[in-house]
Amino acid sequence: MRLSRREVLAVGVGGVALTLIAPGAHASELDDVVAKFTGGAAVGSGGVTVTAPEIAENGNTVPVTVEAPGAVAILLLAPSNPTPAVCTFTFGPAAGSQKAATRIRLAKTQDVTAIAKMADGKFVKAVATVKVTVGGCGG
Amino acid sequence: MISRRDFLQATVAASAIWGADGVGRWSRLAAQQRLTQDQLLDFKSTGNVTLIHITDCHGQLVPDWFREPEVNLGVGAQKGLPPHVTGADFLKLYNIKPGTPEAYALTYLDFEAMAKTYGKMGGFDRLATVVKSIRAERPEALLLDGGDTWHGSYTVLKTKGQDMVNAMGALKPDAMTTHWEFTLGIDRVKEIVGTLPFAFLGANIFDATWDEPAFDPYKIFDRNGVKIAVIGQAFPYLPVANPKWMFPDLSFGIREDRMAAMVAEVKGKGADLVVLLSHNGFDVDRKMAAQVPGIDVILTGHTHDALPEPVLVGKTMLIASGSNGKFITRLDLDVQGKEIKGFRHKLIPIFSDVIAPDAEMAKLVADQRAPYEKEMAEVIGHTGSTLYRRGNFNGTWDDLICSALIEDRQADIALSPGFRWGPTVVADQPITREDLYNATAMTYPNAYRSEMTGAQLKAILEDVADNLFNPDPYYQQGGDMVRVGGMGYAIDVTKAQGQRLSNLTLLNTGEAVDPAKTYVIAGWGSINKDTQGPPIWDLVEGWVKRKGTVSVEPNHSVAVTTG
Repeated sequence: MRLSRREVLAVGVGGVALTLIAPGAHASELDDVVAKFTGGAAVGSGGVTVTAPEIAENGNTVPVTVEAPGAVAILLLAPSNPTPAVCTFTFGPAAGSQKAATRIRLAKTQDVTAIAKMADGKFVKAVATVKVTVGGCGG
Repeated sequence: MISRRDFLQATVAASAIWGADGVGRWSRLAAQQRLTQDQLLDFKSTGNVTLIHITDCHGQLVPDWFREPEVNLGVGAQKGLPPHVTGADFLKLYNIKPGTPEAYALTYLDFEAMAKTYGKMGGFDRLATVVKSIRAERPEALLLDGGDTWHGSYTVLKTKGQDMVNAMGALKPDAMTTHWEFTLGIDRVKEIVGTLPFAFLGANIFDATWDEPAFDPYKIFDRNGVKIAVIGQAFPYLPVANPKWMFPDLSFGIREDRMAAMVAEVKGKGADLVVLLSHNGFDVDRKMAAQVPGIDVILTGHTHDALPEPVLVGKTMLIASGSNGKFITRLDLDVQGKEIKGFRHKLIPIFSDVIAPDAEMAKLVADQRAPYEKEMAEVIGHTGSTLYRRGNFNGTWDDLICSALIEDRQADIALSPGFRWGPTVVADQPITREDLYNATAMTYPNAYRSEMTGAQLKAILEDVADNLFNPDPYYQQGGDMVRVGGMGYAIDVTKAQGQRLSNLTLLNTGEAVDPAKTYVIAGWGSINKDTQGPPIWDLVEGWVKRKGTVSVEPNHSVAVTTG
């Protein structure tokens, strides 16, 4: 399975919609992307998880899973990418779970970030540090 | 100097769970001032479960010398905790007297003199004697191999690991996990695994395309009425630290959630005892023990630590059994009502002059080596100084390799990977071809020559340093710092990535390395496909032959700050 940043694939259950964010945004627009998603509301923590490898085996296709039980949408961000916004998963009422997995490209080591919009309108955030390394070996 | 009292928190002696009864036999042995096989094997059986652990033998079929590290730094919460304790501190921590066989086996102190007194260690024929002796007493003992078995010698290279498959097979292990095995290439691994009469386990090995488990995660053994679940964990960073083109469709990783799921699954199947046969590396296992509840014993591997007592994390016991066939751990457990009610532990040092070789295994080993004996035994030179590998920043074997690389590849700077495998050649000995292969034999040996700017070189060194000294163990890959020839530097291991190294200096001119200037770099063990250059063993052999006798001066080119 080969995926570019533009061709992220959402693996989820029925009722999941995926919005691809157009490339061309700038890193300086990170705050704008977040503000647009949250409407400027405060972002708390807890209730959302982002799972990714600690060290990427291949920075061009890093598996990432986000989950937030009870969420209506999850925004996935790669803050240090040239285009920090990756995608937004939207969960309809028929969604069996609020979980989605995709593979993303990471330009360098960074905190992959998920912000979930919960049904009550509150926002929560989680990060996972993914290292992109040149490698080498010990052991 | 650190006092033993400072360490007690980290040792089982302080544990209220089992008391100090299970350990402490080493000091008694030392007091007797002499060794016999009976003493080495002496063990008061306890409980209803016996585990035998061997790990990281790296293809060493015959006895060898292995000098333990002088520098083995822990960072963050691991600072000063075992196994990041060496030399005199180590002796104090474990109440071992200097000059004793135990001090020789477990530390670098006075290594050359002690090596002459106490001789070589390990050897599969001696290991077989120990394993058979334990099994004679405890037929239901489980023998578990932590991996890095089909790797690391002349005969492994020539037979594509078959020598080790045969020798380890004759020890009849019950399960193994893995790391370097995959550098034989995925096809060869699959071929061998198809023939194994025991379990090849890796809960964290996945098909990279479909993200599905690629090998068995665990096996449950019913021994003495105790259901023992053995979960395997392969080295998490194989595709990062080793050439992933050799096993392109596999993904590894720490996968803590997966481990928690496997623990729950085996408990759901009625496991009374959960054993993790791990190639994570000690600090990763220490964190995993804290993060994933329900693991009773972790048999650690990868980082080559030898500890004479278990380390406790909560109720989880971490066992470290060394490398190169130098030790076997025997762990007896009394498991009642799904809990460990008592234990006895012994890290058995395999003194090859004390433990009698098992005749059957001796013949098997001789048969594996026979076709290659003549070429392995050839003397390529002599060494006036001890050649060893271990140490966080340098070892004399790699200093020698770097010197050969700089001269033969006409480079400004040489790099040698921070491997922890490779036994020792004691000073004033001939160097045989076998010795050289023991320090270099692997499947991507090409000695490259390339150009890099000073800035690129520093970025690479910073990257490797972070893989070793990241304070979060889950970001550590094990191994040691890449060895550098022709250049010195200062390093503060407590700093963040990008800020650890400073004062990069060319040793021959004393000039500072210019970030903008291009330098010729030679090295080996590149993980990139189609790396060009002669195999490192050919290059080094030619260099040693030209020199006749080599002597490696103490290396003071890395200035270390530990905070």
